[in-house]
Amino acid sequence: MLKIENLHANVGDTEILKGLTLEVGAGEVHAIMGPNGAGKSTLSYILGGRPGYEVTAGSVSFNGVDLLDLEPHERAAAGLFLGFQYPVEIPGVSNVQFLREALNAQRAARGEEPLSGGEFLKLAKEKAALLKLDMEMLKRQVNVGFSGGEKKRAEMVQMGILDPKFAVLDETDSGLDIDALRTVGDGINAIMRAPDKAVLLITHYQRLLDYVKPDKVHVLANGRIVKTGGPELALQLENEGYEAVAA
Amino acid sequence: MAEAATLPTTRDEDWRYSDGEYLRHADAAAINHWRTIDVPAGETRSEYQIHNSGDAAPGMVDRLRVHVGEGGRFEAFHMIAGGKFQRVEVEVTLGEGAHFEFGGVTIGGGDKVQEFVTRTIHAHPNATSNQVVRAVQWGRATGNFLGRIEVARDAQKTDAAQNFRAILLEKGASANTKPELEIFADDVLCAHGAAIGQLDEQASYYMAARGIPPQIARKLLIQAFIGDAFENIADDDIRQKMLDDTLAELDGDAV
Repeated sequence: MLKIENLHANVGDTEILKGLTLEVGAGEVHAIMGPNGAGKSTLSYILGGRPGYEVTAGSVSFNGVDLLDLEPHERAAAGLFLGFQYPVEIPGVSNVQFLREALNAQRAARGEEPLSGGEFLKLAKEKAALLKLDMEMLKRQVNVGFSGGEKKRAEMVQMGILDPKFAVLDETDSGLDIDALRTVGDGINAIMRAPDKAVLLITHYQRLLDYVKPDKVHVLANGRIVKTGGPELALQLENEGYEAVAA
Repeated sequence: MAEAATLPTTRDEDWRYSDGEYLRHADAAAINHWRTIDVPAGETRSEYQIHNSGDAAPGMVDRLRVHVGEGGRFEAFHMIAGGKFQRVEVEVTLGEGAHFEFGGVTIGGGDKVQEFVTRTIHAHPNATSNQVVRAVQWGRATGNFLGRIEVARDAQKTDAAQNFRAILLEKGASANTKPELEIFADDVLCAHGAAIGQLDEQASYYMAARGIPPQIARKLLIQAFIGDAFENIADDDIRQKMLDDTLAELDGDAV
């Protein structure tokens, strides 16, 4: 489904990704773990097409399409969802307006009819309930005044509404307390666990993986995947540290 | 009247950012004409104006002198779009406990010069005023806000607020602002703020990441930005029309 080959990428003049190769098949959940500065967030932004992150070599194919050739909004319409480590506040724009515009823009790009206001609200209510987020929160401005945990849950509500094929979740577990972690984990499973979907979880810690069981765990260090294993690798990392396992 | 004979120039402090070329060729009688409104004590007058004389028009100057009686309220919401030079000037004198509410938006590109000039005179105690001006410019256009607030010696408990923010969509566009506070009373609140910047790139990218194309993202962000100026329009339909007409300016030649 997602095939990354020999990816090299710069931020400014600094090379962050140095030949990263990774393949995620449909129906799979992969976790990427790694020390600070390894290039985890850079990978997520490269996949999401964020300005300022430059690919210098390699390729990324998404369901057979050259992902790097698409504009950020086209990637979203193609079914890619990027969960932000730091969700952005947008004063003056409500979540409902933001998400309805987003969903209908994606639908238009795919040649589908827009959802009416009523249909959209019904969908939003259903997904907010799944993530235990008060519907009133969705009427407020995007992420403005939300706590860290509320922002992450709101991100997952967005994911539920947009219903992507592939989710790259960048430290979605950070800033969550134990109950919220379980809610978010259950949400990811409910929304993304399907034979035609896949997830790339970027995380520092094993704890989210207790709820969202990965099929594969990769260690990213110094811009490359240095080790790949099953779920047990995450436990080993937690116990022994990156240096011992990835050396 | 002596003033009718002369034309202002950009050497005059209140016209320093105006379009000098326009002023040189302006009709003195028209430029020195003031509309006047007298708001009786305890009453409210509101005006909503869209100044869009078309891009080919040379320009216009709208000058308004208002007197608000005791406990009265005057509200003015203006949008400036087309025309080479457009200026809206409002001078308001507030009676005791009166209120002045002003919301203004300039929006345009090319080499347009669009400006609001206000003079708010708190002549008596307990009056309040609130002014919110937003500028959205591109091309080589200029958006200006000159706001003077005068608080007379016995105008205690005055509460005046003024806020200007500009978004420049392109290099080459500019905005000027000059808040002036002349305060002769000692028990007053006068708040003012000004900021000139660009569209929030992080927010734009966040919208793109959720599938919103750049044109729509920009429109949503600008709608949120100018919304502040029209927020205090009580009538939903009028507020929506002011917003829609303002945003429509983006559909033409905007970047």
